[in-house]
This record gives sequence, structure tokens and C-alpha cells, in this order.
Amino acid sequence: MSKQIGDVILNVQNISLSFGGVKALSDISFDVREHEIRAIIGPNGAGKSSMLNCINGVYTPQQGSITFRGQTFSHMDSHQVAVMGVARTFQNLALFKGMSVLDNIMTGRNLRMKSNLLLQAIRFGPAQREEFEHRRKVEEIIDFLEIQAYRKTPVGQLPYGLQKRVDLGRALALEPQVLLLDEPMAGMNVEEKQDMCRFILDVNDEFGTTVVLIEHDMGVVMDISDRVVVLDYGKKIGDGTPDEVRNNPEVISAYLGTGH
Amino acid sequence: MGFFLETLLGGLMAGMLYSLVALGFVLIFKASGVFNFAQGAMVLFAALAMARFSEWLNASGLGNLWLVNLIAFAMAAGVMFCVAWVIERLVLRQLVNQEGTTLLMATLGITYFLEGLGQSLFGSDIYKIDIGMPKEPVMAFESTFPGGILINQEDLIAALIAACLVALLSLFFQKTSTGRALRAVADDHQAAQSIGIPLNRIWVIVWCVAGVVALVAGMIWGSKLGVQFSLATVALRALPVVILGGLTSVPGAIIGGLIIGVGEKLSEVYLGPYVGGGIEIWFAYVLALLFLLVRPQGLFGEKIIDRV
Repeated sequence: MSKQIGDVILNVQNISLSFGGVKALSDISFDVREHEIRAIIGPNGAGKSSMLNCINGVYTPQQGSITFRGQTFSHMDSHQVAVMGVARTFQNLALFKGMSVLDNIMTGRNLRMKSNLLLQAIRFGPAQREEFEHRRKVEEIIDFLEIQAYRKTPVGQLPYGLQKRVDLGRALALEPQVLLLDEPMAGMNVEEKQDMCRFILDVNDEFGTTVVLIEHDMGVVMDISDRVVVLDYGKKIGDGTPDEVRNNPEVISAYLGTGH
Repeated sequence: MGFFLETLLGGLMAGMLYSLVALGFVLIFKASGVFNFAQGAMVLFAALAMARFSEWLNASGLGNLWLVNLIAFAMAAGVMFCVAWVIERLVLRQLVNQEGTTLLMATLGITYFLEGLGQSLFGSDIYKIDIGMPKEPVMAFESTFPGGILINQEDLIAALIAACLVALLSLFFQKTSTGRALRAVADDHQAAQSIGIPLNRIWVIVWCVAGVVALVAGMIWGSKLGVQFSLATVALRALPVVILGGLTSVPGAIIGGLIIGVGEKLSEVYLGPYVGGGIEIWFAYVLALLFLLVRPQGLFGEKIIDRV
């Protein structure tokens, strides 16, 4: 691989999150470097999605801070996060079901649309040009994800694997610096998983996008990530390259159980 | 045949007005998941504002009917924008992520507050809005049917205004990026937030739009029947419409309104004599009740499937 891994872009420090008496995350710290693919893995209920939701601003952690591009926050604001260039996909599809594939991805351009409402409605001059500009970008994404044939189809009618691609497309439309993927391969068959891996690697490679992804399928993750964080019961039990993590006895026991 | 068509047309036009009120419900429910009980109070409030503004403009010597109405409409719309902004700031923002019932109770509170505020600000007499609607009915299709069809011009114009508003709204929803954002929020709050759509601003916009819809409904009803307290109960007439059409569907609100309007008129004329009349008052509710038994999500509403 020729890509250059840069400085730390996202730094998570001592994050603790609990829901009532349930500790979802305790004292988690890790960093993400620019242009790398960073995976968060762990068994079910390990706190992976909670971690992602803290970064994304859906949850507010009770303790700890998150530093993004040199700015430190005690909690993130969902809207602000998107403005700063962090996009995400969802574990359970959260597409806009009533809209076509094209419109779904176009919503991702919303933040960048500047022209006046009235001009947009009548498709006048600069507004028309702006719409075309965004449309061109969206078409690139559609080509990239190989979903040209489904442009006008309402997303609710697409098979699961394709819906996952649209979800990724919508996130890509933000032209994010950091892409958070919540179990992008959950529920997919082998072929769909391979496609998704290819897209993730291509995004990382071609656009230099930093990727943070959650998976519990160890095999896939080990193949594509640069570094891996392992969570279990809300605690960090491992952090390092795939090989280091694979040989970490704590990780092995979390995944396979220990002999008694 | 001519008489049947006449009744049908009358029903369609009355239905268009129900649709307008129902549309207000649907807009807000879709974007924020709030069943806005205050829609009727908003209709009253908007109509009161417009009636008093136009009265005041008339008194200040502005002669032109069109100009007076245009300015009064704009001013009343401004008032509705303020109402939307205040509701979002003081009520909705505080109640984010609360249960639907809590929000419903909050809008119940807003209802009484708006009714009270409207009457103390603008007075509680019966006012009239004169938008220059022709009152006398005309005959049409005299060559096609014996006796022709009697059409109420006022209803016809009202229906046209309502149709224009619906067309404008669909243009706004389909063709602008804000409209796209509104549809996105309606489908999935969290996903919308994750791509940087600001929920708070969307809520203000949607309440503003609902305010304008309420204003148009209030203006038309007000010009027909005079602006009075009973306008607030128009909302109750629109309830069966949203049940029929589905709470989440804009076309549903329109078609539901038309069905209820036509059903009311036809049943009154053709069934009324057998049961002693007065069907018009309860027909819509019975129809809605039957619908709840067969299709609880309404004609076009989304079927709610819970994962167990």
C-alpha cells in the first residue's frame, strides 16, 4: 500500500458512558490517524456502537473528551460534527425510505447548498447551476458505488445489500474527512461483504478519507484495517495492528472464552 | 344526474377545505412526530390576525381591496412565523425526545393558550374577512344537463386557492433543498441529523409552513362564515380526514378531505331522508371509525411494523 498515514486527526480520551446503572463504556481512550482505516471490534454488547454514537454526538458521555483536528470537546453536537466533516452510516438502515436513491444521496449535499429557496423552487439561474453542480458530484458517487441502474428507485424497494451502499453513498456525499461506519457488513452474504470491503478500501485509497469502522466479524476487519481497538464489556482490552491484536491473549479469551 | 353532480361538486369543494386543515396536521406530524392539537387554534389565531389587520388597514384609508388583503395576509403570516418560532423555542426544544403523549398534551396547552391570546389581542367579536369573493352562484353545463348545475362561485374560488397552495407546497417539497431536508427529517430524525440537517431549524420551518396553511384555511373559512371562535373547532372536523388519509401522507390528507367532503354531502342528501337528517354532522366520524377497524394506518399512511 502506498498511502501515507498522517497525524492524529481524532483523539478519544477517557470516555465513560453509562445508562442508569449500566456502564456502556468505561475509560476508553484511543486515537485515529489521518488516512488510516481504524476498526473497533468486540463481541455483542461490548459498547462499539455506543462509542461511535459518542463520536457522532448522538450520546453525551459523562466523562472524557474528544479531540478532532486540534479542537477538544466534552461532547459533540450532531449537527456540528457533520459540519466539521464527519459522516456516518447506520447499523440498522436509516435511509429516507420514501425517497429515491438519487434524492437520498442528494440530501447529503444539503449542507453545501447555498442558493435561495425561491430561486431553487423555480430553478432559476445560479440555483440551477448549483443544483447541477451537486447533481454531478452525486452522479460520481452513484458511479463509484455501481448503483447507476437504481437511481430513481425508492430505496425501500432495494435489496438489503444495495440499501447499505446507498447509506454509504449518502455519507460520501458530505465529502467527509472522517467516515464512521457502523457494522457496514452486518447481515450480508460473502459476495456483498467483498463488494463492501472493496468500496471501503477504494474510498480510503482514492479520496484519502479516514475510516473508523465497527465490526464483529473478525476475519473481514483484520484484512482491511490498519489498526484495531478491541472492546469487551465497555472496556478496552486491546489496541494495535491486526497481528498484535490477533495474538493478544485477552482478545482471544473474549472471543473464544477461557477454559475453566 | 345534474343534481347528483351538483351535490358531488359541492362535496368536493367543502372537502378541499377539510384537506387544508388536515394538511397542517400532517405537515407537523411528519416532521416532528407531534400530533399538533393546536392546528385549529392556529387557524383561528391566523384568521383573527388577518381580519383585524385588514380592518385596521381599511380604517387607515387604504382603499384598494387587493392591496389591503395582500398586506393583511403578509402581516398575519408574519405573526404566524413568530408563533412558530416561539413554540419551537419555548415548548418543542424543551421536550425533545419525550413521549408522543407528552407532546400531545403540550399542544393541548398551546391550543388553549393561543385561543386565549388570540381573543385578548384581537378581540372576541365576530369579524369578517372580505377578500372580494363573489357570493352569487352560477349555472353551468346548461346544455349538457336539463336545468344545468348550480355552482357556488365562492366555493369554486376557495377550492382553486386550496389547490394552488397544495401545488406550491409540493413544488417546495420536491424541488428545493429545504424541501428535501424536510422530507429527510420526516423519514428519519437521526439519519437527517447525521448528515448535518439542523432539526431545530427544520421544526421552525415546518411550523411556519403549517402556520401559513392555517392562515389560508382561516382566510377562506373566515370569508365564508365570518371569523369567530367556532373556527377553532374546524380542527375537530379535520380529525376524521387525517384518520382516513393517514397521518403521514400529504396526498392522503387531500384525498381524505375530498372523500369526507363528498361523503358528508352525498349521505346527507341520499341517506338523510331515511334517518331524519343531520347525518352531515356525524358521518365523517363514523367513516373514520370504520376505517380504524379495517386500516388503522389510514389509506396512505405507513404501516407500523414493530420488530419483536
